[in-house]
Amino acid sequence: MAQLTMIQAITNALDNALEKHDNTLIFGQDVGLNGGVFRATQGLQAKYGEERVFDTPLAESGIGGLAVGLAFDNYRPIPEIQFFGFMYETMDAIAGQMARTRFRTGGTRNMPITLRSPFGGGVHAPESHSDSLEGLMAQVPGLKVVIPSNPYDAKGLLLASIEDNDPVIFLEHMRLYRSFKEEVPEEYYTVPLGKAKVVLEGTDLTIVTYGYMVHESLKAATLLQEEGISVEVIDLRTISPIDVETILVSVEKTGRLVVVQEAQRQAGVASVIMAEMAERKRGILALKAPIGRVSSPDSIYPFMLAENEWMPDAQRIIEKVKEVINFD
Amino acid sequence: MIDKKKFDFAAHLQSVEENYKMIQILNEEGKIVNSDLVPDLSDEQLVQLFKDMLWSRAVNDRCIILARQGRLGFFGPTAGQEASQLASYLAFDKNDFLLPGYRDFPQLVKHGLPLHKAFLWSRGHIEGGQYPEGLKGVIPQVIIGAQITQAAGVGLGMKKRGAKQVVFTYTGDGGSSQGDFYEGVNFAGAFKAPVVFFIQNNQYAISTPWRKQTAANTLAQKAAAAGIPGILVDGMDPLAVYAVAKAAREWALDGNGPVLIETYTSRFQPHSMSGDDPKIYREEASFAEWSAKDPLTRTRIYLTEKGLWNKDDEEDLIKQFDKEILEEVKKSDNAPKQKVSQFLEIMFEEPTEILKEQIEYYKNKEGN
Repeated sequence: MAQLTMIQAITNALDNALEKHDNTLIFGQDVGLNGGVFRATQGLQAKYGEERVFDTPLAESGIGGLAVGLAFDNYRPIPEIQFFGFMYETMDAIAGQMARTRFRTGGTRNMPITLRSPFGGGVHAPESHSDSLEGLMAQVPGLKVVIPSNPYDAKGLLLASIEDNDPVIFLEHMRLYRSFKEEVPEEYYTVPLGKAKVVLEGTDLTIVTYGYMVHESLKAATLLQEEGISVEVIDLRTISPIDVETILVSVEKTGRLVVVQEAQRQAGVASVIMAEMAERKRGILALKAPIGRVSSPDSIYPFMLAENEWMPDAQRIIEKVKEVINFD
Repeated sequence: MIDKKKFDFAAHLQSVEENYKMIQILNEEGKIVNSDLVPDLSDEQLVQLFKDMLWSRAVNDRCIILARQGRLGFFGPTAGQEASQLASYLAFDKNDFLLPGYRDFPQLVKHGLPLHKAFLWSRGHIEGGQYPEGLKGVIPQVIIGAQITQAAGVGLGMKKRGAKQVVFTYTGDGGSSQGDFYEGVNFAGAFKAPVVFFIQNNQYAISTPWRKQTAANTLAQKAAAAGIPGILVDGMDPLAVYAVAKAAREWALDGNGPVLIETYTSRFQPHSMSGDDPKIYREEASFAEWSAKDPLTRTRIYLTEKGLWNKDDEEDLIKQFDKEILEEVKKSDNAPKQKVSQFLEIMFEEPTEILKEQIEYYKNKEGN
């Protein structure tokens, strides 16, 4: 088994997908010869040819529409949107077209598109390159939204997304691309969509999070452990649909819940989790304290010199956990 | 001061427009005005095309009545556009892939869609989107221009497969203002995808005249920026529409990439039957002006003079069409009542856990 970064695991997954599924196509801006601005598709055009891995004109809506059309022609498209902040340009192709096609056709047509895109803050990028827009995607019925937090999951979830016959928005946190390596099998495997994972077991409080915030939460949990607070950390992995059962089981055990997201507070994934726990008997009766929420504030993603002040981190998570633990 | 000798912008514009002269073969008096271009259509094909156009007008007339009776949902009248829609359709093959706009049911039905499905779509029934297995096409696009980028995708797929097929897609004059229009045409050009794009310029995007959409003197010239052929054709002339569409299909099939065709036509009636009143935005004289160009009239004269048509038979034919149309209406009346649980079940190939909860809830409510 090789030690791979998340970006290498993604490239490896795409390689496996192109090899196994003849009808897969990878396309987007600079994904061909250049291998993508993050090198996610490095070497794939050389290995599989320009017929299957190719550059498109610079137009996100066109890329989204191309994917829909190719899916009508029975391909399994894997388009890349270079940065997810450019998703607005292709919102109709995503939310107005691919998400609705199965429904519009009365369940008679598949739309097996996996749209990959880098997102997330903390990498000192220009405006519109760092936003966490997964909440917008999660509100669209008909889409699945997947966000891996580590190389192993990134590969398995990406291959599961590509196998899925419904559209998947696959969001890759830029800060995780090269931050660490772990063992990733070379061979093809999948990690199921819609299933959260308990990444750290604990007894006093549950943190539910996803993406880069999994790592800030684990950092917080380690520090809290030193103070005698045992925290369970759940990595959602798929943020739409949410694996409510895994959260319920954990909350029934710990009785306390903090939800952590990098996105702004308004609407969003954290709100959905809080509502799911509050309106379910199993959730509300298990809770011994109000649910805590850690998020970014409701401003536009900040100017890059200030992003560390703005984004949630382990320290803010620790403060919120203590607040919820000490509630009586 | 601009040095007019070095930068003669007016002359530049003039030179662009000279490339987009309207092609006409059969004029409004039913006379051939361009015998070099008369397409190779057999007598049977000509008669069938005219019958298709009459059928389309009959469907339209019946739909106007149904809409007024509240028996249809959305309906976009098609009268006036029969040559644009059905003579273009005639140039394509059952294996070609159709991405229609919302006014393009006549082509879809010719392509294999049972008419009652069109009524069900109009009324808002799930079965209106459940198309027969082998039908090469998708349901009409509601988002103006979204089908244009998708057409590029289907075309690219065909090219990759080496299929002997083309894509044909329709939008309107308003649709040619959309960003997706430019992106789709440009993508198809860049990939040399076998796509024939039709802009049916029926003069108005609901109420906005096409001259207000653009400074371009034709919509066909929008092809130039994508590096593909753009042809302006009299959209009331079935021979010209067919001839150009046929040539475009061959061009695309030969691996030369896409073609853009503007069919200059008219919608005789409102944009839809949901309160649109053309008297607000059309000059009184324009109704008579355009109805003098009616594609049915000129085709009737042409076929009659060729000895292929007898006006006396027309009434019976239209009665027969109407009878068949009403049978299709009846079929759509018999569609089963829809259930919310049914909608939840088709959100994904397999319902998610949260959807399963909702399906159970609605199934209990629905009593099964």
